[in-house]
Amino acid sequence: MKTVYLDNNATTMVSREVLDEMLPFFHDRYGNPSSMHSFGGQVARKLLEARHRVASLLGADPEEIIFTSCGTESDNTAVMSSLLVNPGKTHVVTSRVEHPAIKVLCEHLAQKGYRVTMVGVDSAGRLDMEEYEASLTPDTAVASIMWANNETGVIFPVEEAARLARARGIAFHTDAVQAVGKIPVNMKDNVIDMLSLSGHKLHAPKGIGVLYVRKGTKFSPFLIGGHQEKGRRGGTENVPGIIGLGRACELAAASMEKENTYVRNLRDRLESELLTAIPQSRVNGVQDERLPNTTNISFEFVEGESILLLMDQFGICASSGSACTSGSLQPSHVLRAMGVPYTMAHGSIRFSLSVYNTEEDIDLVIKELPPIIEKLRVLSPYWTTQQGACTTV
Amino acid sequence: MWEYTDKVREHFLNPRNAGEIENPDGVAEVGSIACGDALKLTFKLDENKRIADAKFKTFGCASAIASASALTEMLKGKTIEDAMKITNQDIADYLGGLPPEKMHCSVLGQEALEKAIENYRGVSYKRPEEEIVCACFGVTDGEIERAIRQNHLTSVEEVTYYTKAGGGCENCHEKIQGILDRILTAQGSEKEPVEKPRLSNIQKIRMIEETIEREIRPSLQHDGGDIDLIDVIGNRVLVATRGACATCQASQITLKSFVEWKLKEFVSPDLVVEEVAK
Repeated sequence: MKTVYLDNNATTMVSREVLDEMLPFFHDRYGNPSSMHSFGGQVARKLLEARHRVASLLGADPEEIIFTSCGTESDNTAVMSSLLVNPGKTHVVTSRVEHPAIKVLCEHLAQKGYRVTMVGVDSAGRLDMEEYEASLTPDTAVASIMWANNETGVIFPVEEAARLARARGIAFHTDAVQAVGKIPVNMKDNVIDMLSLSGHKLHAPKGIGVLYVRKGTKFSPFLIGGHQEKGRRGGTENVPGIIGLGRACELAAASMEKENTYVRNLRDRLESELLTAIPQSRVNGVQDERLPNTTNISFEFVEGESILLLMDQFGICASSGSACTSGSLQPSHVLRAMGVPYTMAHGSIRFSLSVYNTEEDIDLVIKELPPIIEKLRVLSPYWTTQQGACTTV
Repeated sequence: MWEYTDKVREHFLNPRNAGEIENPDGVAEVGSIACGDALKLTFKLDENKRIADAKFKTFGCASAIASASALTEMLKGKTIEDAMKITNQDIADYLGGLPPEKMHCSVLGQEALEKAIENYRGVSYKRPEEEIVCACFGVTDGEIERAIRQNHLTSVEEVTYYTKAGGGCENCHEKIQGILDRILTAQGSEKEPVEKPRLSNIQKIRMIEETIEREIRPSLQHDGGDIDLIDVIGNRVLVATRGACATCQASQITLKSFVEWKLKEFVSPDLVVEEVAK
């Protein structure tokens, strides 16, 4: 059975070109880039090339790139650094819909005595900019707002949010894990101080991330040890990962247009045909200002895990914001923050595409999903009565 | 991804008895769409007061659907008295087990069954003294207490797995711990021997099979004989002798003094071994 992979916001395939570029650095060219001999030195040169490639995708200076182990490490480093370099300040601003790498960290900080403001979103998933601006105080050490939401794909006005923070002397960080590679990011055009990205979301391997730190930003390292990354992140470099990420960033820049035309068209067709074929379904998240690859659709009166397992029978991979899939008992915090009704939240499915998807992939979902929803609705005690109730409204 | 047994997957993909019986003798609806799973159970009795048919409708995950499907299968042919003895553990066992985090799906089945029987008997379900402990999922102290006693739960996490209580805002964790402490301390101070959990048929058969495989068969095969498990009816274990045992004059002694003795030791002291006709 063919795998139809529509879960690219969870992770992506390492592309062939990336893998080919990495492979020599496991066995043949395994030197330590910090070594004095030329066997290690050649690896150091390759790392520098990767650093330039990453910087180029971001419109950054290579020295502003710090390689980390993952997006979570980058996020944690950025927030903790801001608190350490502002020892008098005890307030953190973030949003209610952050990835756990920021959300759970902030909850942890709240338990430690920091004051945390979680700015809300509207029913279309848009950040409440008035609430955001009002929450910035002289006591605020850092504001951390994601660039694009992983569940809905909604893009936040982080460049504007960064300006508002900068005007008050507050450090601004953005978790851009879902944005980089999918929409243009140019650090020369904004005043964002720190930005996190993760390799495995853009066809590089898992286990490699980046924290961009703008020149002049006060910084305190999270991992303390060797002189790697100019003392800003100790630990021997993940050489193959860094080299793979460099190549992936190059490829992402080249496919940016395809992402915003071809992928967007596939996503739009998937979305509109499912909404037409399946009654009482709706998209969670604003129509524009959304990542080109993501759609989050709720199918009322059915439960997400059941949908996923039935789609799995056809090789279709997606994810859900339902309670049962998360291991917790409540549906996704993102959908709850948006005020999505429970009847909808439990039946939400996220499809996230990549440039490797085809029209045939989309055809398969459009063919197989409507009968799956129908099958589950026939089983559901709410379906007939509620359907009747809705038609009378 | 959850590790579901083949039986859970099979009941989820091909649910038995989905639907609703018209003019049922007993009906119940439990759970809610806000909580993420809900079950409507209906059953009808035949002229001998046995459950002739049972049907379900479920909103929920794969294990909720499979649990409801299993429950309706277990109910058919049972008297009300026997049906009342079905526990959430029996439902889970029928399915070859559920992931710990999903045990509340089987509890939902048992709850629906209890309420449907109460509906059939015309008894009101109201338990006015009970107080809601978990506001997120509307779970009462009585429901938590029953789950703790019935399933021998010892931690807040387990209570959440079985009842969902405490799975939302977590504000009630202290209260749940309080209920646990009260029950566990009372059990400890009474110094009563902890009641051995009643074996379900599925558990019993599985343990008998394991014991035959591990403790009995190797010895018999060593002497060129063998036995096959044919059926288990209550505490009667029906076996057939094979190979050298089938023709051996002493096989009756072997069955009683060796096979039965081993099964009594490893499964239950109540078991009796009988040989089916050759």
